[in-house]
Amino acid sequence: MSDTIQSGPVLAADGTPLKRSLQRALRRQKMRALLLIAPLLAFILITFILPIGDMLFRSVENEIVSETIPETVDRLADWNPDVSALPDENVFNAFYVDMFLAQEKKEHTRLGTRLNYELTGVSSLFRKTGRRVTRFDTDIYAKQFIALDPAWKDPQTWSALFDVSSNRRALPFTTRSWDRWGNYLRGEGKNPGEEDIEDFLFSALHEDLTRLESTDGVDPLIAAATQAVGGFETVSVRDQFLDIDKDWGRQDVWRIIQVYSPPFTTGYFLNSVDLQLGVDGIKTRSEDQRIYIVLFGRTMFMSLMITFSCLLLGYPVAFLLSNLPLRTSNMLMILVLLPFWTSLLVRTSAWKVLLQQQGVINDVLVWLRIVDDANRLILINNQTGTIIAMTHILLPFMILPLYSVMKTIPPSYVRAAKSLGATDWTAFWRVYFPQSVPGIGAGAILVFILSIGYYITPELVGGTTGVFISNRIAYHISSSLNWGLAAALGSILLILVLALYWVYDKIVGIDNVKLG
Amino acid sequence: MKTKSFVIAALGAALASTSALAADMTLVSWGGAYQASQHKAYAEPYMKNNPDVNIIWDESSNEAVAKLRAMNEAGNITWDLVDVVASDAIRLCDEGLAMEVDHDKLLAPAPDGTPASEDFGDLLVSGCYIPQIVYSTTFGYRTDMVGDTPPTDVCAIFDLDKYPGKRSLEKRPINNMEWALLCDGVAKEDIYDVLETEAGQDRAFAKLDSIKDQVIWWSAGADTPQLLADGEVVMGSTYNGRLFSVIEEQNQPVAMLWDAQVFDLDGWIIPAGLPEERLNRVLDFVKFATDTQRLADQAKYISYGPARKSSAPLVSKHAELGIEMGPHMPTDPANAKNTFLYNYEWWADYRDDLDAKFQAWLAK
Amino acid sequence: MTDPKHMVRFENVQKSYDGETLVVKNLNLDIAQGEFLTMLGPSGSGKTTCLMMLAGFEPATHGEIFLNDRPINNVPPHKRGIGMVFQNYALFPHMTVAENLAFPLQVRGMDKDEQKKRVERALSMVELPQFGNRRPAQLSGGQQQRVAVARALVFDPELVLMDEPLGALDKQLREQMQYEIKHIHENLGVTVVYVTHDQTEALTMSDRVAVFNDGIIQQLSPPDVLYETPQNSFVAQFIGENNKLDGQVVEVTDGLCTVKLDDGTVLKADMVNVGGVGERTTISLRPERVELDPAVDMENMVDGTIEESIYLGDHIRVRMNVAGNTGFIAKVRNRGDRRHLVPGDSAKVGWAASDCKALDPVT
Repeated sequence: MSDTIQSGPVLAADGTPLKRSLQRALRRQKMRALLLIAPLLAFILITFILPIGDMLFRSVENEIVSETIPETVDRLADWNPDVSALPDENVFNAFYVDMFLAQEKKEHTRLGTRLNYELTGVSSLFRKTGRRVTRFDTDIYAKQFIALDPAWKDPQTWSALFDVSSNRRALPFTTRSWDRWGNYLRGEGKNPGEEDIEDFLFSALHEDLTRLESTDGVDPLIAAATQAVGGFETVSVRDQFLDIDKDWGRQDVWRIIQVYSPPFTTGYFLNSVDLQLGVDGIKTRSEDQRIYIVLFGRTMFMSLMITFSCLLLGYPVAFLLSNLPLRTSNMLMILVLLPFWTSLLVRTSAWKVLLQQQGVINDVLVWLRIVDDANRLILINNQTGTIIAMTHILLPFMILPLYSVMKTIPPSYVRAAKSLGATDWTAFWRVYFPQSVPGIGAGAILVFILSIGYYITPELVGGTTGVFISNRIAYHISSSLNWGLAAALGSILLILVLALYWVYDKIVGIDNVKLG
Repeated sequence: MKTKSFVIAALGAALASTSALAADMTLVSWGGAYQASQHKAYAEPYMKNNPDVNIIWDESSNEAVAKLRAMNEAGNITWDLVDVVASDAIRLCDEGLAMEVDHDKLLAPAPDGTPASEDFGDLLVSGCYIPQIVYSTTFGYRTDMVGDTPPTDVCAIFDLDKYPGKRSLEKRPINNMEWALLCDGVAKEDIYDVLETEAGQDRAFAKLDSIKDQVIWWSAGADTPQLLADGEVVMGSTYNGRLFSVIEEQNQPVAMLWDAQVFDLDGWIIPAGLPEERLNRVLDFVKFATDTQRLADQAKYISYGPARKSSAPLVSKHAELGIEMGPHMPTDPANAKNTFLYNYEWWADYRDDLDAKFQAWLAK
Repeated sequence: MTDPKHMVRFENVQKSYDGETLVVKNLNLDIAQGEFLTMLGPSGSGKTTCLMMLAGFEPATHGEIFLNDRPINNVPPHKRGIGMVFQNYALFPHMTVAENLAFPLQVRGMDKDEQKKRVERALSMVELPQFGNRRPAQLSGGQQQRVAVARALVFDPELVLMDEPLGALDKQLREQMQYEIKHIHENLGVTVVYVTHDQTEALTMSDRVAVFNDGIIQQLSPPDVLYETPQNSFVAQFIGENNKLDGQVVEVTDGLCTVKLDDGTVLKADMVNVGGVGERTTISLRPERVELDPAVDMENMVDGTIEESIYLGDHIRVRMNVAGNTGFIAKVRNRGDRRHLVPGDSAKVGWAASDCKALDPVT
């Protein structure tokens, strides 16, 4: 080739490098293609990718603790439960400020609910504390400061003090508390310079002042208070908390706050596999609380059963359909699709009428004397019920891909096999069946993945032994509101499906899946 | 550019037209006969008086808490007033998803001038909650399947010798645990103390174990009435209003067992963060819909007791059947001889824990 | 039939799919051992149905089919021991070529070594010894065709059926495969029943050809007889090119008849398939038997006008108006001294009476 001998890049007729002019020519095409798929891309991004990302994030997210009680989280980090049974007064001081602000913002109950997932009883402890935290005996600090200098009563004084950076440096805890308080008030449309100074601010001020070593450069008001604070009457905030509920003296309550302080947690995932991240690290849950592993196992097992029974029932139907003239097969196809078009409630009532112990099937069996009247079969509200109902619903998803694959298998293959000496069975098994495998693959994947995520039908007909992991996910989404756990369960389910898909690809090969 | 400005203009026009019809008010309820009774007793008369308000119903109460949380996260509250049970109201209030209300300021006093907070009394279980009705979860039984000695005691559900056959219970620990302990000899006032301990929980599960293989667990309120009507169960728990319709409207051979029934409430919450205009409209409606006469009116359509004390004397006959509704109310003194008070706060703490144990127990 | 050894015999066989019309009407046919018999006919003539009945995929509505004097109506296809090559080869796509070939041996329970030997032999017979491990989809059409033939033969059937096996191949490949199949047939001595709608294929390969039309065998003869002496107008037209001249029989003598054409021309023709004096007839005449301006007088001499002439190398095809028939074709051998055939010129055409056959009238 003479072109290749030429040194340098190949040039197009106008002298630009051929590569670039090709790219330019293709860019328009690419842009146009991108424009065409843009609506779908946006749709998928918004309705699929983002929610999944959100779910994955929620399953580890735990910012609620550090956002609601930041000071407590900060000071609790230094607490070593082996050294002291309870956190020291400092932590309680911080917790007082945090709780006061949280109850003003009505965030304390939410945090209580969150921690209650890990330690039963915390929810009411927080609710109770929220009601009482505004009535602590810390008002003695306010009284003493105001007695020292009435200016402390004036919110304007505070506003002015905490605008000066040297004051802010001198009183870090009070500064942070004042800023949070001010932000909260401004969010409510109020001016911090006009609202009464709450007790918790004096409590924080007292703590800062007792710790202040040098009064260089600070406001004289603060300097004066620093001198006086040593002689102040004090009150133990810890006792105030213990007074509300003796549970604040329980080590495990504080340990659970400490353990769940970080903004991210594995707690939800551990819960999803019947483990618990408690005060003593990761442990298996007590036997009477282990449900998820069993449920995951059952979900897999029953989905496989449903897939298998769909295949068993669907294969002959698809075979029949694909060998009938088009008119007849279209008629029958409508019958196959009928369950699709029936409302869930109608279907459910129909199953109940059919399957219950006083139902049609049992009545017929008793009438035929196949079953004794006293021992009627239990066909609903158990695994059998779920399998029957789900097989019924999902059958079309098996039949349709099977049908479309079988339709493409020419009858001459089976004829050829027979003419070569194969019996009907051999011809089917060695020649027809292998060619219908892509349809089986597609149908099985569809049915399996659909059934793994079903929850309404198992809820309605599954009783206690026929429910899936998705029922628990739905429960945590809509009833217990433990969305983190729901997200973790959902993520595990997603991972399981992807893993199964991978295994499937290894064994069957995904190229061997044909939807039509 | 031209198309863009056209789209904006069209959007603007669409927004303008919705704000012209902005008198839409979305109420959330449970659907079915209950929602119908609310519509007839509250919504219809209100819309008659206020033709500029259009009330729309959304049957989402059973997932109201989750949906409100999602709306709150998305920052777009589309509901104006939500009907929930007491425990959900407490949770919504806890989560800051429901607005706290001043009952005396918001609600109409009783006709004799008693302030609302007194008229509702201790049914105001949460600062966000405006109760409408009192209902009970109680037992119904097949009169033709219990022989000559119909049950009079809630512990009949645990008596397989005397009342053989299947029974239906709700698929959750709440109520069932209490009944189990009660029938295991725990005094009513001690139940929650016992249930708080590991041993007490085991005791409740052991009692439930004795009938476990004879129980059909329900999750929808319509299940037990259907099971009773089909003769699938000999007795089962459900809401008293559902049983009323099986007994009086469908004339099934079913009777009601008024013993240790669990009182519960149903009422309104106002979602937190409604814009001023909508909030005012809702407040006006709530004041009307929870006055003494309106609450009494609702009992014409469904056998749930009005939450106001002052409404009780006004309860009259069923709108269609013409039956005196008083004796069918859970609040009727004859029915309320032995009731059980459900401890919302206790369950708020122990719900997750016991639910996990209950599910594990069911799966065993 | 002199040969006593019949491989296949159809006896009064009828076939109907819908219970209203007969697709095969009263078929009687004997096929001798080692014979290459072709069923030829237009689509819908019933030839494929006959093949399917013989293979066992379609039951006969009436009548009996014998294989080696044994009635096989109730014998299922896989017990008939008949090899078959399908129109689209029907090679199993999920098996390799070798597996395809081994399939009939496997189902017969043959041991592995023997299978392997036979498969190799079959592959080398069709000259594809290296292709055992390929999938059918990796082969060209011609190679697939050979594999299909090899598979139909690998278990040594006495009878092989071929259903338009070359239909999917291009012309050149088709001709090559015709010879290969013919050679295989000769070498192995199997009986072949071959279905095609291509008359050239039928003439090239067959010992005998059965021409089907309308569910009936119109003529069953060796190729040359079929061409030279068609028994009726359908066969005459279906096989090869043919001039038709319609007229009425006016005299019959000694196996020859005199026919008066519709424009008054009188011809003598071989009397093959006509009723008698006064009956209508269609005379069939092969274009290559027509002499243009014959040097000597011939039995039939008619004046004609040249309408068109096409140069085809070895011969010239001349379309003429003869006896009012403007589609009359004559093939003139390309000799060096040929005159110029100019459209509009008049010319005399002549042919022997024995070259034209008086057949049933085409209406």
